[in-house]
Amino acid sequence: MSILVYVENTDGKFKKSAFEVVSYAKSIADNIQTDLVAISIGNVAEDELAGLGKYGASKVLNVDNERLASFVNQAYASIIAEAVKSTGAKLLVLSNSFSGKGLAPRIAAKLEAGLADGALELPTINGDKLTVKKTAFSNKAFATLELTSATKVIALSPNAYETKEVGGTATVETFAPNIDQLDFTTLVKEIVRATDKISLPEAEIVVSAGRGLKGPENWGMIEELADVLGAATACSKPVSDAGWRPHSEHVGQTGIVVSPNLYIAIGISGAIQHLAGVSSSKTIVVINKDPEAPFFKVADYGIVGDAFDVVPKLTQALKAYKGI
Amino acid sequence: MKILVCISNVPDTTSKITFTNDNTAFNTAGVQFIINPYDEIALSKAVELAEGGKGTVTVINVGDASTDATIRKALAIGADNAVRINAVPRDAWFVANQIAQYAKDNAFDLILTGRESIDYNGAQVGAIVGELLNIPSVSIAKKVDIAGDAVTVEREIEGGKEVLTAKLPIVIGTAEGVAEPKIPNMRGIMSARTKPLDVLEPSTIDVLEHIVSYETPAPRGTVKLVDASEVEKLVSLLHDEAKVI
Ligand SMILES: Cc1cc2nc3c(=O)[nH]c(=O)nc-3n(C[C@H](O)[C@H](O)[C@H](O)COP(=O)(O)OP(=O)(O)OC[C@H]3O[C@@H](n4cnc5c(N)ncnc54)[C@H](O)[C@@H]3O)c2cc1C
Repeated sequence: MSILVYVENTDGKFKKSAFEVVSYAKSIADNIQTDLVAISIGNVAEDELAGLGKYGASKVLNVDNERLASFVNQAYASIIAEAVKSTGAKLLVLSNSFSGKGLAPRIAAKLEAGLADGALELPTINGDKLTVKKTAFSNKAFATLELTSATKVIALSPNAYETKEVGGTATVETFAPNIDQLDFTTLVKEIVRATDKISLPEAEIVVSAGRGLKGPENWGMIEELADVLGAATACSKPVSDAGWRPHSEHVGQTGIVVSPNLYIAIGISGAIQHLAGVSSSKTIVVINKDPEAPFFKVADYGIVGDAFDVVPKLTQALKAYKGI
Repeated sequence: MKILVCISNVPDTTSKITFTNDNTAFNTAGVQFIINPYDEIALSKAVELAEGGKGTVTVINVGDASTDATIRKALAIGADNAVRINAVPRDAWFVANQIAQYAKDNAFDLILTGRESIDYNGAQVGAIVGELLNIPSVSIAKKVDIAGDAVTVEREIEGGKEVLTAKLPIVIGTAEGVAEPKIPNMRGIMSARTKPLDVLEPSTIDVLEHIVSYETPAPRGTVKLVDASEVEKLVSLLHDEAKVI
């Protein structure tokens, strides 16, 4: 059973999730003693492609075509499915990123493959069966899923698996699908990226604030704290509903699910729907003026106090610690 | 415009999630079921697009008779008619095939789903339906505009958004921002009782996966409180103990 892994890039550079999926797939490949082949689509330079060898890919299939420079869900899905068939892979691994979520089910459907979406750990493989742990009930629980199809797909949750350099080398090969047969009916018109901001789903530290902040004009101190920590900013649902912050920052059961190393919750009560989106964070710090706030029950560290007093002091203390 | 909205019947967001039968089944005792919140956004968008006689909205659910209350709520919000495929949902492949079969027979211009269901969090059904119907799909849309058969969708990407153009027919998975949730009014609730709800028998589809068992997250230890006047202590704890900075 050989393994194929799809790696995503942004403007020619592999994303953090790309190294995560390669490291994850490499561990599986080692366990079942097979080779790992990666596939990249878009405009990525040779040395960047070959660099995947460091993480354990032995070969990289490179699909470089102008028309594929930006993401086209249908076309990408067809190419990856074709690569699964032509490499004879029985397992495909990709990231459960925003694009991955669109791609994985279409690829799985083409291959009549079972799909473990949001996988959190390495799978257990037993002959033709594969079981893997995934999120369920929006992080309020986990499910162990068994895939019984001949071909299988795993979409790995971002931040769930650490990248590991194993120090190998990879050969790069051109993979040339028949472009004319691909579906280009959805076309990217524009990409808007806040380049100076850290992407929330991939962030290792998240500074999040809620209705306790009183109004959008008070987010300066949140951004400053996030800056000092190199963190992404997030918020509770009422905050984005009120338009204080964009919807893309809303975490929780009906927002983005995050699992950073450190989640700092400021002026957020800790409603069950909010906790669902953040409870898999490794360390949780809560700053709230109400000692009875439910968030303290799931926190590792807490400060009972007024955010307007505590946050600037914390930022100062962190600056001192970092020597800024 | 003929619009199909796929709705899923999920535990209320305040539900405590527990399991029975040796952690192999979700414990539904005392749990309220609701329309999946993302599907409610999809439905609200569909009703908005169809307003003023510009289209019709059909909701479809794969479920047993216990989901009828949720389907009636969707009719109260403004769907014109409903279809229930009479089967307990198994995996995403099974559900998507049932929906795709119905959609094939009834030629819809637009198929909306929520971005994912809040119970199994698969985010699979919409894209599989797109694949089975051989039409495009967009997952996690934050904004949807339709003019004639031209579709403009804003899709979430890491650290930003992507705007893309497409043509009907298409499948779109909706997230927050796509529409304001519509609250059923008295007239909606009254008329929902008499709107058509057809029950169709499922096609035979083999499943590709199943859940073996569940577990709930291990509880965290008790919180360590730091005094508000000693924030430096928190910095040390995060560095020395938690090792996260
Ligand atoms: C269907 C559904 C889905 C939902 N999904 C989500 C979701 O995905 N994500 C989400 O976040 N919510 C979600 N909610 C909403 C959720 O139930 C809560 O209402 C919400 O999380 C509360 O946000 P909050 O903590 O910011 O505000 P509040 O509950 O108002 O809490 C504010 C907190 O700030 C504290 N505070 C006030 N002033 C200060 C100060 N000066 N200093 C320090 N602390 C202060 C208060 O003590 C309080 O604890 C959902 C609700 C429903 C019904």
